[in-house]
Amino acid sequence: MNPYRRSPAIILASSLVYLFLYAPIFVLILYSFNASRTNIIFAGFITNFEPRPTLQAGLVTASPCGPFHWFCELSHNREVMSAARNTLTIAVISTIVSTVIGTMAALALQRYEFKLKPFTQVSLYIPIVIPEIVMGIGILTLFSQLFGVLNEALKLQADSRLTLGLGTVIVSHIAFSIPFVTLIVQARLQGFDKSFEEAAMDLGANEWTTFRRVTFPMLLPGILSGCLLAFTLSLDDFVITFFTNGPGSTTLPIYLYGLLRRIITPQVNALSTVWIAIVFVAVLLIQQSQNRKV
Amino acid sequence: MPAEFAVELRDVVKQFVTPEGANLAAVDHVTMQIRNGEFFSMLGSSGCGKTTSLRMIAGFEWPDEGEVIIEGKPMGHTPPYQRNVNMVFQNYALFQHMTVFENVAFGLEMQRAGRKEIITRVGRSLDMVQLKGLDRRRPRQLSGGQQQRVALARALVNLPAVLLLDEPLGALDLKLRKEMQLELKALQQQLGITFIYVTHDQEEALTMSDRIAVMSLGKVRQMGTPQEIYERPSSRFVAEFIGESNFIDGRMVQISKEAAQVHVPALNMELSATPISGDLVAGEDVIVSIRPEKVQITNSINEMPNHMEGTVEKTVYIGSDTHLIIHTGSQNLKVWEQNRVSRIDPHAFYSSGQKIQLVILPENALIMKRE
Repeated sequence: MNPYRRSPAIILASSLVYLFLYAPIFVLILYSFNASRTNIIFAGFITNFEPRPTLQAGLVTASPCGPFHWFCELSHNREVMSAARNTLTIAVISTIVSTVIGTMAALALQRYEFKLKPFTQVSLYIPIVIPEIVMGIGILTLFSQLFGVLNEALKLQADSRLTLGLGTVIVSHIAFSIPFVTLIVQARLQGFDKSFEEAAMDLGANEWTTFRRVTFPMLLPGILSGCLLAFTLSLDDFVITFFTNGPGSTTLPIYLYGLLRRIITPQVNALSTVWIAIVFVAVLLIQQSQNRKV
Repeated sequence: MPAEFAVELRDVVKQFVTPEGANLAAVDHVTMQIRNGEFFSMLGSSGCGKTTSLRMIAGFEWPDEGEVIIEGKPMGHTPPYQRNVNMVFQNYALFQHMTVFENVAFGLEMQRAGRKEIITRVGRSLDMVQLKGLDRRRPRQLSGGQQQRVALARALVNLPAVLLLDEPLGALDLKLRKEMQLELKALQQQLGITFIYVTHDQEEALTMSDRIAVMSLGKVRQMGTPQEIYERPSSRFVAEFIGESNFIDGRMVQISKEAAQVHVPALNMELSATPISGDLVAGEDVIVSIRPEKVQITNSINEMPNHMEGTVEKTVYIGSDTHLIIHTGSQNLKVWEQNRVSRIDPHAFYSSGQKIQLVILPENALIMKRE
């Protein structure tokens, strides 16, 4: 008999874990198809396709999009679309920049010996372990002080004054993503023998060609998963974005939070569902790239 | 005019900083001249400086003092990719993200060879190492021996002036290693390329090399043909490192150019023996080195020089040979006898307590300085 047979306690424990992890998500997704406008109870799916939305006693009974009524509403919502655009712009730019800087940092930490190396290594963990709200406040203070001084010194006019906005959000996202990228690429470098680079040079490749043809492709899985992690971190960051955004740079999490304070309509759920789908795909891709071995 | 030597190390020093902060000379004033077309081995245990010397020839390290000269040109700080040498790495260092073909083609691509030429030359060198038909595989899909061959093909396809090999057979099992030894030697003779081979395996060095440099603690202890190294080791260190030997203390009684008499108290006799170093003088304390397979066991009790009687203390049967410990005088001697007849009875060869007659020919007893 198998000594590791499934005991009832283990089945119970794992069921509970799955329940608490995924039940809220399932409910959230289910409610994004809710016929009720108030979204307090689930009033069934919207099944009828009609050219115009039909409302009866607080229920949406028919819609041109059928069950996907709230998703359609969402796509017609200018504020949501602008927030989505902002979120993606911030995520794409901050991911690219932090991946490049983070990878270079990992390579430098592996290759060179310098006095401040132990300090540099530890300083990578600080942004990860520090409470996000503390970092948010810190970044806000930095920007407001810096902009105050600069605006004063350069005597900038009202419309060209430095203010919080997309730029500041991007910079702060780059800052908190770098350590994650560096740590992931470093993990990849652990198994990377320098003899691969030596072999390339021995065969006639100069430093740049060696990097391009050997080092980079061999580190690519690590760089890719660092990149995807940075992307998801940026995509769903709320706290730091909350402190550093300004007019016109509202992101989806900030917008969603604003919606919640007014009324919870199934639109909120629809937005969350789309979002979960995107993050889920990103996580799958991270998994895939991690599983690729050198 | 081609240079006389493929590679020369002139008084090369390379120091490393130990974790404790001290300076350690990994290579300590080494001078070597490696001839064109030669199979040259650097032999020594780990930390003797052999790999560092090889890496300085490849250009991965630069000497702190002295000069590395390849084909007559001082290398200075020439980077590895501008040196006409190629290396086979201990762990093969095959590019895992490339196929076998791409791995072998890498060097030719760097030389900007044409597509057609690359295909022909890669094909030819994969044939040479008997890997035909595996060119689309990834290195991970090959056995250790096959990976080793890819590494060899990848280096040889560039037709370097010198091929550097850093313990390339270390990871293979014994049988494959022996096959590869013969194959490497055949390949080297066929191509006429200078091979510099680093190993800690004395048998490997003896099997393949034209010349061997025995190294220890960053210094070359002896350089010569396998015969010179084995038959005329210049010091106790070399005699001990390559093969086995009996070392017996003695005092020089009389010495001429080719022959000498040594008084050996442990055997209670005067041995006729062969002096190795030239500067030995009568009255000096010396060591006599005798290889175990060069002690002869005889039946006849005649008055030959260096004749002695002994008692068998212990016998170890190892198949091809019997290893005996023979007590003679106040000394235990290791003696190896070949088992020339086929017997199943364990006592058919020699047995403990048996009285035995030994003869050591004067050319088999080597006199060395006591270190």
